Amino acid sequence: MIAPFQLFFSIDPRILEITLRSLFVSGSATAIATLWGIPIATLLGLSNFRGKFLIKTIINTLIGVPTVALGFFLFLFLSREKGPLGFLGLLYTPTAIIIGEALLVTPIVISLATSAIEAVDPDITNLARTLGASKTEASIAVLKEALGGIFLAGMTSFNRAIGELGVVLFVGGFISGLTELLTSGIWIELQNGNPQISISLTIILITLVFSINLAINLIQSRGRWTSSRRSETLQKLSIE
Amino acid sequence: MDVLAEIRNVTKTFDRITVLNDVSMRVHAGEILGLLGPNGSGKTTLLKILALLEKPTKGKLYFLGKEVMDRNIQQLRMQTTMVFQKTVLFSTSVYNNVSYGLKLRKASKKETDEKVEKALKIVGLEGFEKRDARKLSGGEQQRVALARALTLDTKLLLLDEPTANLDPKNASIIEQVIRDVNQDLGTTIVLATHNMFQAQNLPNRIALITNGKIGEVGDPQEIFAKLSRNLARFAALGNSYSGVSTIQNDGTALVDIGNNLKIATSTQRDGQVTVYVSPEDIILSRNPFESSARNVFKGTISEIEDAGSLVRLGVEIGKLFVVQTTKRSFVEMKLNLDREVYLTFKASSVQII
Repeated sequence: MIAPFQLFFSIDPRILEITLRSLFVSGSATAIATLWGIPIATLLGLSNFRGKFLIKTIINTLIGVPTVALGFFLFLFLSREKGPLGFLGLLYTPTAIIIGEALLVTPIVISLATSAIEAVDPDITNLARTLGASKTEASIAVLKEALGGIFLAGMTSFNRAIGELGVVLFVGGFISGLTELLTSGIWIELQNGNPQISISLTIILITLVFSINLAINLIQSRGRWTSSRRSETLQKLSIE
Repeated sequence: MDVLAEIRNVTKTFDRITVLNDVSMRVHAGEILGLLGPNGSGKTTLLKILALLEKPTKGKLYFLGKEVMDRNIQQLRMQTTMVFQKTVLFSTSVYNNVSYGLKLRKASKKETDEKVEKALKIVGLEGFEKRDARKLSGGEQQRVALARALTLDTKLLLLDEPTANLDPKNASIIEQVIRDVNQDLGTTIVLATHNMFQAQNLPNRIALITNGKIGEVGDPQEIFAKLSRNLARFAALGNSYSGVSTIQNDGTALVDIGNNLKIATSTQRDGQVTVYVSPEDIILSRNPFESSARNVFKGTISEIEDAGSLVRLGVEIGKLFVVQTTKRSFVEMKLNLDREVYLTFKASSVQII
């Protein structure tokens, strides 16, 4: 029982590599999801149009799509033999995992960020405009007010991505030195009869997830921290 | 007198509900124009049209001698600003709030710092720059909102019920700032209010607005002296009761409003009158206390309403009177429904309309 902890603390190069790759893949997926999710959330949060409710319902439904199903569809799309995107040669590469995880967490980013934007006092737009802001500047003012919520949307998405297994196994497999990740490693190493490595990877994964949740809770509970830090950030960003 | 803004035959509808109906009005340069009307009468919409935040459904709007059109609205909006009834603040420091409009106007750091400092001084919040704006008291927040508007030196300043939810101290500071800004800086101000006392004392002219239509417009003293039907209808909405006034030997008058309630007033009028007491002028206490106030009534709390930083209470003293208190006082006094309380107000606070 001591062996997994020894592995955890010994900074085994392979385990370190798997951990860093997991952080990179999940971070990239979250960044991509945020990149295309935030503009959609902004559009949904700031405008009222026919069908908005339906779109939000569909996005919320997508959050609950089984990851195995998403992984399977992606596998079919990226399959090198018959997949329509097979010619890209992405299957069983970190890029495929990044795309898969990005698609997985995009609905989470959109849903949480939309809620954060909608939760901003609707009078902020009128306030900005009466102080001289153009439509775009007023929208930026609203986004700044929602920054805390948008940040939490990103953190939650990262949290979700790093713990993902279904999509990872389907499109990434477990290629040594290429697509080994914490979640897939736990599964595969157990299959290979190396429970110590599985336990060690599990401890690392849980520690990471715990740290992220701790950070989220700290941010949520210490509104003052968010608010003052946010004001500093905003000052640097633009209100300048 | 120069006309700063003019609305001609303006109608505004929201979802088929007509909020303003064929309204025409002029705002003269340098004046304080009071819009007096009950809640829902269209005051805020009229202010938002003057702030160029809402477009009229029908009619025309002229500002600074130009007809407001899509092509010039953004440029003209730089010369008008509005302070909302419900205080809206960015979740950042007081400095960032007050300087927001200046930064949009690309003012230099030096100019911004100077104007922010000056505006905060005017509203009595010197040294508040680094404070978190949303952590200030309700009155201080409203003063930050006013300072933010003042930094812009706009030709037109629109104030929507600026003292509606404030305690008397903060209300008095804001009223003084409004006077100073108008007199010292020559800023034209349009002030929406349902506070009769404020309407009588602050503006140079008042316009009565009810059901989306402007009734009388004129000098406050003239309008109040005429006891117009519009005014009476508006006043009938709260803390106003009709009764018979009887002049007493000491020069005051007692107005019997029924249910054994006699209100001491400083009026010299005899006979049928309508009395009005502003909620801000009524002191609420758990026990009677010694004071020069002539009106002290025992009652029970029958309604409680959250009004932002304040709590609005309905107190049954034979007739229902609306009073307001800060949330902190509400908690400290352990107030609740059916709790016995005392209402105290001066005879001079009772307005005869």
